[in-house]
Amino acid sequence: MARKTRIWTGSIALSVAVALSLSACAPGGTAAPAASSGPVSTDVASAGPVTLTVWDQNTDEGITDAQEALNAAFTKKYPNVTINRVTQSFADLKTTLKLALSGDNPPDVIQANQGYPDMGAFVQGGLIRSLNDYNDVYKWSSYYPESLLKINSFSADGKKWQGDNLYGISQTGEVVGVYYNKKILTQLGVAAPTSLASLETDMAAAKSAGILPMAYGDIEKSPGIHLFGIVQASLAGADAVNKLVTGQGGAWTDDVSVKAATTIQNWSDEGYITKGASGISRDDALAQFEAGKSAFYVVGTWKQAAISATLGADAGFTTLIPAGGTTPVTTGGEGLAWAVTTGSKHPDVSAAYIDFINNADAAQTFIDKKSLPSVIPAGYTPTAGLETDVFKTYGAVTASGGLVPYLDYSTPTFYDTLTSAVQQLTDDQVTPKAFTEILQKDYSSFLSSK
Amino acid sequence: MTVTARVRSSELRQTGTVTKNRARRRRIDAWKAFLYVVPALAFSLTFLIVPTFQTAWYSFYNWNGLSAATWAGVQNYVNIVQDEKLRDSFLHVGVLVVFYSFIPIVIALLLTMVISRAHALRGMSFYRTVLFLPQVIASVVVATTWLSIYSPNGLLNTALRGVGLDSLTKVWLGDFSTALVSVGFVGTWLNVGLCLVLFLSGVGNVQPELFEAARLDGASSLQEFFGITLPALRGQITVALTLTVVSSLKTFDLVYITTRGGPGDATTVPAYEAYNRAFNSGQVGSAASVAVVLTIGILIITALIGRLQPKETE
Repeated sequence: MARKTRIWTGSIALSVAVALSLSACAPGGTAAPAASSGPVSTDVASAGPVTLTVWDQNTDEGITDAQEALNAAFTKKYPNVTINRVTQSFADLKTTLKLALSGDNPPDVIQANQGYPDMGAFVQGGLIRSLNDYNDVYKWSSYYPESLLKINSFSADGKKWQGDNLYGISQTGEVVGVYYNKKILTQLGVAAPTSLASLETDMAAAKSAGILPMAYGDIEKSPGIHLFGIVQASLAGADAVNKLVTGQGGAWTDDVSVKAATTIQNWSDEGYITKGASGISRDDALAQFEAGKSAFYVVGTWKQAAISATLGADAGFTTLIPAGGTTPVTTGGEGLAWAVTTGSKHPDVSAAYIDFINNADAAQTFIDKKSLPSVIPAGYTPTAGLETDVFKTYGAVTASGGLVPYLDYSTPTFYDTLTSAVQQLTDDQVTPKAFTEILQKDYSSFLSSK
Repeated sequence: MTVTARVRSSELRQTGTVTKNRARRRRIDAWKAFLYVVPALAFSLTFLIVPTFQTAWYSFYNWNGLSAATWAGVQNYVNIVQDEKLRDSFLHVGVLVVFYSFIPIVIALLLTMVISRAHALRGMSFYRTVLFLPQVIASVVVATTWLSIYSPNGLLNTALRGVGLDSLTKVWLGDFSTALVSVGFVGTWLNVGLCLVLFLSGVGNVQPELFEAARLDGASSLQEFFGITLPALRGQITVALTLTVVSSLKTFDLVYITTRGGPGDATTVPAYEAYNRAFNSGQVGSAASVAVVLTIGILIITALIGRLQPKETE
């Protein structure tokens, strides 16, 4: 009995000691951003043997081939550099990157998702490095249009998105739009949609012909962002959505967002989108579209290579022009930003690598692998078919300022809030008004915390 | 006399040293014993005890996992009650307990009643293996299999259409009214085998004379079950309850693979919320508080179930 007591007292004392030593300071400490190092260099060859650890999520067909080709070309040019490529899906990267960055031995180069939840948090934690000094050397600001650089910029404290410091550059362009099956549209005798109204007319025609209008699978939850995004963009216009996502004005409960929600709920009620989509995987829905079983499918240009491989000449791509407008407005931007970590021991080599895989030659490599680069080389004529649709749309949307950011950039928790709310909307669990109220609640609590 | 005395005194001296030596040796032995414990202790300190306290400590902060944290007090715990999403996740897990624990135990008891009367059943060990199989399969495989069974053109809907029940077909995991129950049913399927194997081994321990005597006295099979089998299985039922209730409370894998908490938030559970908040949405403090509440809940429930354990088998 006495011994038992002693053991108990011992373990309690130990627990208290552990607890006390732990509570001495707050978790996370005060991560001061690493002091900017001295002058930067573009000399890779004389850096000696270097191993770069690179974390990316370029797993889509075409894009991964391009990445491999670029890595091989870089190590061929600089035999002293070895690239240790760690590649994983977008969702996996999102969950593991934070841990990897906050560890003692972070990767050198990473792909950071834009917006507050990822890039903002990394900047705030002093984990990725401002690339302003390398921008002076590699002249990225004369290669990229300003709209694209802005998306990859933050204020130095990570609190203001689209601030003064550049934290990354992107390889691929991205536009979310409506892929359509030309054969089915011809069979229905309708034209490819150019606006929300004509898309709805086409879907009605498909439905009455007994064809599933739009394949939609949302078990992974992220497709909901795209579906709501393109409808909201085409109703609200670029300016309103941009202001909303960047926290510069407007509310999610504004009439246009309620209207967008109403539209999507109607689609679900009318059977325009797959019933029970919350229990169907995105890939199954895409497979349905690729097998010619639905007229439309909403996804981004990153699926260009995959869809052109299966549907070939039958595949088309379009974006929606708002009523009264002349140019399309839609969700999009650029691929994840290639960034250099503050913990990297080889920032010069890392920056040279980033430049190499993002420059004009790299853009051509992406085109060769049937993918859309962030900057289409001047004078390049896309091949007829899906590539022309995709490249022309991207050109038109970027030139006219019709790109609106992904809606989940809005707040750190918006991804969860929005994706769960869209599932409730398509299943008639909430009214469109209540749907927008769920979004606004998250949004206003984030704005007030800033 | 003197010789004897001397001998005695030396004997005495010797015994004195022996006692002293023994005491010292015992002390050294005790320390040696602690040496044996050191590896295990270091292991559990590093991977269990310190992380547990760390989690408890995080739960009092607002922290995104990367930058400096700010003190939150008990706000994260208050949120578990106030935040509808978190509160619901605990309600959902309550529903899962029914499907993971109570239903499998009832089914396994029924099967035990039938099977224990058919000892001579040919291929008994084969059936036992088949029923236990779900426990052996990796949970990711189980979840993926059921995902396909529940899919729009999966086994379940095809079977329903086959017997003309087209009106009942639905996307089971995508429907707000059926998703949670569908996930729960997978748990039932998983745990019936475990409970059955436990109970059958318990019935095997009952002296056959008891059953014979009951039968001679003309007891029905129901009387036999409630009079002999059920009381004899009290220990096994406690074990089955503990295992299945704990496994249901910490459900993560099934939900992560089949629904990600969806549709909407219809199938979120605390373990999934803890994971999602810690690794995806940058709410480490809130995630830690969910984990702490879940751990305490599991400890209390396990202790309560332990009280059902019959005294003699303790």
